[in-house]
Amino acid sequence: MADITNTGANFVPTEARPAPLAVRPGPLTWLKENLFNTWYNALITLIVIWALANWIPALFDWFVTSALWEAAPADACREVAGACWAFVYEKWRFILFGTYPFEQQWRPGAAVILFIGLVVVSCFKPMWNKSLLVIWPVGLVVCWILLSGGILGLDYVPNNLWGGLPITLMLAVIGCLLAFPVSIALALGRRSNMPIIKAFCVGYIELIRGVPLITVLFMASVMFPLFMPEGLTIDKLLRAQVAIIMFAAAYLAEVVRGGLQAIPKGQYEAADSMGLSYWQSMVFIILPQALKITIPPQVNTFIGMFKDTSLVLIVGIFDLMFTMRVAINDLEWRAYYIEGMVFVAILYFLFCYSMSKYSQWLEGELHRGHKRL
Amino acid sequence: MKKLSIAAAAASAIALTVSAMPAQAGEQLDAIVDRDELICGVNTGLAGFGIADSQGVWTGFDVEYCRALALAILGDSSKVSFVPLSSVQRFPALQAGEVDILSRNTTWTLTRDASLGATFAGTWFYDGQGFMVRAEDGIGSLEDMNGASVCVESGTTTELNLADVFAARGIDYEPVLFEALQEVLTAFFEGRCDVYTTDASALAAVRTANAPNPDDYVILPDLISKEPLGPMLRRGDDELYAISRWVLFAALEAEEKGVTSENVDDMLANSTDPTVQRLLGGSGEMGALLGLRNEWAYDIISEFGNYGEMYERNITPLGLPRGLNALWTDGGIQYAPPVR
Repeated sequence: MADITNTGANFVPTEARPAPLAVRPGPLTWLKENLFNTWYNALITLIVIWALANWIPALFDWFVTSALWEAAPADACREVAGACWAFVYEKWRFILFGTYPFEQQWRPGAAVILFIGLVVVSCFKPMWNKSLLVIWPVGLVVCWILLSGGILGLDYVPNNLWGGLPITLMLAVIGCLLAFPVSIALALGRRSNMPIIKAFCVGYIELIRGVPLITVLFMASVMFPLFMPEGLTIDKLLRAQVAIIMFAAAYLAEVVRGGLQAIPKGQYEAADSMGLSYWQSMVFIILPQALKITIPPQVNTFIGMFKDTSLVLIVGIFDLMFTMRVAINDLEWRAYYIEGMVFVAILYFLFCYSMSKYSQWLEGELHRGHKRL
Repeated sequence: MKKLSIAAAAASAIALTVSAMPAQAGEQLDAIVDRDELICGVNTGLAGFGIADSQGVWTGFDVEYCRALALAILGDSSKVSFVPLSSVQRFPALQAGEVDILSRNTTWTLTRDASLGATFAGTWFYDGQGFMVRAEDGIGSLEDMNGASVCVESGTTTELNLADVFAARGIDYEPVLFEALQEVLTAFFEGRCDVYTTDASALAAVRTANAPNPDDYVILPDLISKEPLGPMLRRGDDELYAISRWVLFAALEAEEKGVTSENVDDMLANSTDPTVQRLLGGSGEMGALLGLRNEWAYDIISEFGNYGEMYERNITPLGLPRGLNALWTDGGIQYAPPVR
């Protein structure tokens, strides 16, 4: 014990740092710390402020102040310097509903509202039960009757006349909904030990991922009919829908597989040791976790598919994007294509942004168990 | 003499039986009649030729041809359903039988005529690649374009024609390539190039609709390619083929004879011109020979007018003069065989 001796170098604690400021720094401090903390940041800030000061008034002027905000003939727009929203007044029904018979356009309108209602209702947690299995088929059948008609005193409208928003929504939502179970099957198949199933799933996923969507659509709508006996044609819209499902399924399958691989091996072993069968362990243990952690990439794929549906224009289906392009081809209104694009961009943004916000909410909701704060 | 008159009687008897016999309808024509609807492939959206208007109703020169054909075959111009087709889709759609007829500003070429299992009914519109320049530049012909920059859409036959013709004539030029129509137009009207080239019909539309001031731009009379556009059918149904041709010709013949939608009733009642009477069904069995009602051409003209009226309604708003599409009697090359 003699080793422990007082060498005279006593521990002297350094003076405690002052407590952090209780109040938030003032705006000036915030500016100084965030926007002007170095000379180059200050320079960038100044350039950005200068640019915004130049553009925002000009943009606002074009969009609002100098714009023509009422229904008017195209000639009236030549007089105004700003946006010609008369274009949207004139064409909004064509952009939203395409070549659907004009006086019947309340039908696709009602179908779109019902369809969006279906999706929104299914988003809320209290609805996550068997009632969805009733609501969806009933809702889809009503939408179909509204669009197609032929019964209940509604005129029959063949689907080559459908267009615009109903087409975009239908292709995207039904595409993703039906692709989802297929993708889970593909992902499980790819991780299966059974060689034929595994080879099929790998082959399918790699083949579809290896070609662009445009090629799949081409095959479905241009090549496929040539293989059929003459006179037997399968509906063009249906073919495009199937192509989109096949395509989305391959991409989603890889997302789901990523989730499956991220689940620790212990979870699989725990499920096995409980004596659960393969399907039980997948349905009750593995998939709920795997699907939950892959929500961000899933929604990414959904949003991508929503926008990719506009590619059906190459097979002559009038989706929302394409009806806008036809509208701006109208000789009279040709000069106002920017207005048309802005209008459609706003619609796309509304849908994609809601999807994105919903996915963020859903993540938080499902991650309650182990949320990192 | 007696012998001869017997022979003449026999010949006229045969001629009578032949003319009284309705034309044997082919498979495709039967299908159209059974379905009671003509399915017509049209452009997805080309102003003046095939485009849906603000109410979603198909309009345009190619579209009216289909309506007229439906009127001839089925007696009702509304019995036609339009299938919008992209340029890559059009031939497979026709070959697979998804459409009965393709009326989609398709250029008649040897390859298409010979190798697609399809055939062209005739030329509904003569187009050709032309040039638009700024009036102030004083370019009056191709030779003036030496050293000029030319705006053109990439990957089109337009680009290839331009290269071929300018190389052949030894004209030096600088191509400025763009992917999409709107980009080319913006570039041209902002002065990024001196010349804009595409089909003459499209040039006229662009000058009318997109130019800040149409008078500042000139479309040169030179055309560097032949683009005869016409309806296209699957092979194997000569009856349908004959009807589709004669719907074209009826509209031309009507214009040549001065029959319009306004005076058609008057013409049928009072015209002493035998051709007019045969065309409108006042005499002869022209309709029956084609397997149609005898008033088929009368119906078309009273509803749509003659070729000139259709042209005026659809193409003139594009700012395109008749040019090659004038009748042969007016210096153009539109010409119908005799109706007899």
